[in-house]
Amino acid sequence: MSGHVFHPGHHDLHGITVVLETATALWVGRFDSVTPKGVLLHDAGCYEDGVTAGTREEYLQKTLKFGVRATTKNKLIPEGEVRGMRQLAEVAG
Amino acid sequence: MPYPESLVAPMRAEMTQMGATELRTVADVDAAIGSSAGTTLVFVNSVCGCAAGNARPAMKMALGHGVLPDRTVTVFAGQDLDAVARARSYLGEFQPSSPSIALLRDGEVVHFVHRHQIEGRSPQAIAADLTKAFDAHCSNSVGA
Repeated sequence: MSGHVFHPGHHDLHGITVVLETATALWVGRFDSVTPKGVLLHDAGCYEDGVTAGTREEYLQKTLKFGVRATTKNKLIPEGEVRGMRQLAEVAG
Repeated sequence: MPYPESLVAPMRAEMTQMGATELRTVADVDAAIGSSAGTTLVFVNSVCGCAAGNARPAMKMALGHGVLPDRTVTVFAGQDLDAVARARSYLGEFQPSSPSIALLRDGEVVHFVHRHQIEGRSPQAIAADLTKAFDAHCSNSVGA
């Protein structure tokens, strides 16, 4: 049973926890897919510039230590708003 | 919605066969984690093949190490909902994800492996992370 994948044929990042940046926010969540309406994340947490305490970097460091504080079950982010995306594990170096 | 039991049974068995005690009720969790002195390894199992498919073999490798936690327990995310929620209540600030692995000493989390630290990593790399934590926090030397 080890290594059995129930969802073959998906995007390479499917199931991977990613950091997605927009002009005004930073989302961390489990990548699902790119749909015609945008990038779909599951169990996502969000840092909003000017709203969330601290800096984006501090938010990421806390997320690396304690995990994703998910506030949204499913989040669709229009592709045009995406400034960048990387795996959360890459942030740790 | 939970997966059919017939589908997850082999994943449960994979854990119990390596020596983990499966906790399926709140009472099970409280008895195993709630008042445990010493070290307890908690594995949050998952059907996710992307991550759990590497996490379970990593656990098996790690449990072959010379220094081990006093006890190893497992709960199954998405399946035994109440037991999982109760187990997570013992993990303090650490956010829920599955699969994930927590090492507790005298009820406090001293090491945590999040899902994002499992994704894309080999079982060997995950096991090395765990055995390093065992060496640092556990005193149960197998065969000593």
